[in-house]
Amino acid sequence: MSAFDNPFDPNKSLHRGCTCGKHASQADHNAALAASPNPTDEEAALNRAVESSVMRSLFPEDRTRRNFLKAVGVSTAMAAVSTFFPMAAAKAVAADPVGPLEKKKLKVGFIPITCATPIIMAHPMGFYEREGLDVEVVKTAGWALIRDNVANGQLDASHMLSPMPISASLGIGARQQDTYVATIQNINGQAITMHNKHKENRDPSNWKGMTFGIPYDHSMHNLLLRYYLAEHGVDPDKDVKLKVIAPPEMVANLKAGNIDGFLGPEPFNQRAVYEGAGFIHVLSKDLWDGHPCCAFGATKSFVEENPNTFSALFRAIASATVYAHKKENRPEIIDAIAPANYLNQPKIVLDQVMTGRYADGLGNIIEEPERADFDPFPWESMGVWILTQMKRWGYIKEDIDYADIAEDIFRATDARKRLAEMGLPVPEVNSKKHTIMGKVFDPTTPQAYLESFEIGRS
Amino acid sequence: MSQSMTFRASIVSILILLVFLGAWWGATLPTQVDLGDMDPEYAKMMGLDTVQESDIPTPGDIGSAIWTHLSDPFYVAGSNDMGIGIQLAYSLWRVLAGFALAALVAVPLGFLIGMSPLMRKALDPYIQVMKPISPLAWMPLALYIIQDASISSIFVIFICSIWPMLVNTAYGVAAVRDDWLAVAKTLEVGPLRKAFKVILPAAAPTILTGMRISMGIAWLVIVAAEMLVGGTGIGYFIWNEWNNLDLANVIFAILLIGVVGMILDLIFGLLGKVVSYKEV
Repeated sequence: MSAFDNPFDPNKSLHRGCTCGKHASQADHNAALAASPNPTDEEAALNRAVESSVMRSLFPEDRTRRNFLKAVGVSTAMAAVSTFFPMAAAKAVAADPVGPLEKKKLKVGFIPITCATPIIMAHPMGFYEREGLDVEVVKTAGWALIRDNVANGQLDASHMLSPMPISASLGIGARQQDTYVATIQNINGQAITMHNKHKENRDPSNWKGMTFGIPYDHSMHNLLLRYYLAEHGVDPDKDVKLKVIAPPEMVANLKAGNIDGFLGPEPFNQRAVYEGAGFIHVLSKDLWDGHPCCAFGATKSFVEENPNTFSALFRAIASATVYAHKKENRPEIIDAIAPANYLNQPKIVLDQVMTGRYADGLGNIIEEPERADFDPFPWESMGVWILTQMKRWGYIKEDIDYADIAEDIFRATDARKRLAEMGLPVPEVNSKKHTIMGKVFDPTTPQAYLESFEIGRS
Repeated sequence: MSQSMTFRASIVSILILLVFLGAWWGATLPTQVDLGDMDPEYAKMMGLDTVQESDIPTPGDIGSAIWTHLSDPFYVAGSNDMGIGIQLAYSLWRVLAGFALAALVAVPLGFLIGMSPLMRKALDPYIQVMKPISPLAWMPLALYIIQDASISSIFVIFICSIWPMLVNTAYGVAAVRDDWLAVAKTLEVGPLRKAFKVILPAAAPTILTGMRISMGIAWLVIVAAEMLVGGTGIGYFIWNEWNNLDLANVIFAILLIGVVGMILDLIFGLLGKVVSYKEV
């Protein structure tokens, strides 16, 4: 039963768990739910959610509700319920934010890459405004500055690399400050781009001695590149050089031959192809389909001091993320984020990234609709994976409780509650297994996973 | 004679410019590319065309960039996209703020050092160590301690402006002619009056030279600092255009930085002339 289903439909079950009776398992149910179009009108969705909870409390036994509806008919039932329950008022209350906003003027940081799409487009497309927020989205020069500006409160919340809240919370390479991942911004959407001179050298096991660009130490880019190289027998610390280079500088560095390749965010992979500097070797999607890249985060203290503001901000960004997920909205989004105020990039480059129909620089046009995607749910298992890799490469030295830290930082439970309130489909659990480069990662056994690697620092 | 010299020099200047523009124009002519049997859609995605524009902007591109920016210098299209005039104003404000703070510290301290050999000896090791530190090296520390990007860049301007002013002030004050001091002594002038009426005017040209050097460095540094910090300013403007690999705008900004730097230098040159005098 989804919150969007009509509770006055006698054939539907209102109870949680897959009791709708239509699907064999919960997984099938979720799949069917994901496939069915989400309600476009969010007000309608909200109304449905209110109606559902009212009906659920009136009829704890679903059978009774069905019998009642069958007996009196839908319209009579609706009228009857409305006489003793002020349905319209309840809907109006639900549509309003829970309480007054503690802070309306906010500064939210971003790095001009497509990962930031939800944060950015929520501004020109009015998602912040709709929540009563006056948000200034602040383009920031680099990740270290994002880290510092979040730590010192110049930014209220920010676009972050998903490992950044972990490193901030643990005080690794950052001022110790408890920081939350509120939502994941984007999944997939990175690539390894190589210099044109390596067109004939596509086997990573031959890449010893090369230099690669990464945007930041505590980034998915770094962790994925290290993983990829190590899987091919190349030790990322001993056999190659990894250089931290700001994404916009990657293309120029590649062109100049200062680096042999980079694992970077979009649109710079596509930009490198467009500039004739390199080719796309592999999409990050092919390393880990559905991997998180950037996150939307804030410090624990900001979230605790401004719960209503934060909820509103969460809603704005989560709805923008869901909006960005839909393919049919992509052209509109490209128009919204391309101007100088935001990404400042040629549209044809963004178009190839966002639609997934792109030139790979090797002479092929590739069709990969899932190339860049958006999904807000912060799986705790993603946090556990990041922790295993940070431990693997020596960023974390001491023994840690993976699940505990991931649960603390990746606010999956909070996110589920908020997403469900918005009437959006949510998973039932906080963790799941992921398949990364063909290997299954079980978040319940992180230490065993970590020990299964041949190359690593621990 | 000198008039005709000036005239001839300007002719040569213009000739050099024309030769330079001509060579530039020639080097950036679009080229015909044979795309062979490449799929037209692929070519478009790769940014290829049968007439391939040069990677380096042409003089015409720069001209149109200059026109676009100067014809509407004060627009605000969101917090990350503002006119060049506003960006420039931010940079100038940071430079002047940092510079003024530096002058407030450097001139009195320079006076002290110049007048007291003891203080000069005592402070000398610190000055020697601090002076050669690149201003931008302070940036991470400033960001960490001050916790404000804009104030951090002002601090960096402050720390880089201080040394030339300090050293020059100290030198100027120490080099005031002994006979003038002797005259002041004979006339039993008070120490404050001596400082303002005798030493300051005598040291003013040297102090202004120090300020001129400081201003030059400050203007060099602000661009780099803003590229690092982002947000606003001419340095950020370059960073932003670099993001987009729009070299025409980058070159325009470089030219503008040069022109503004030159104007700042001219102003301090004029100020220097005002306070200096010919000895007869």
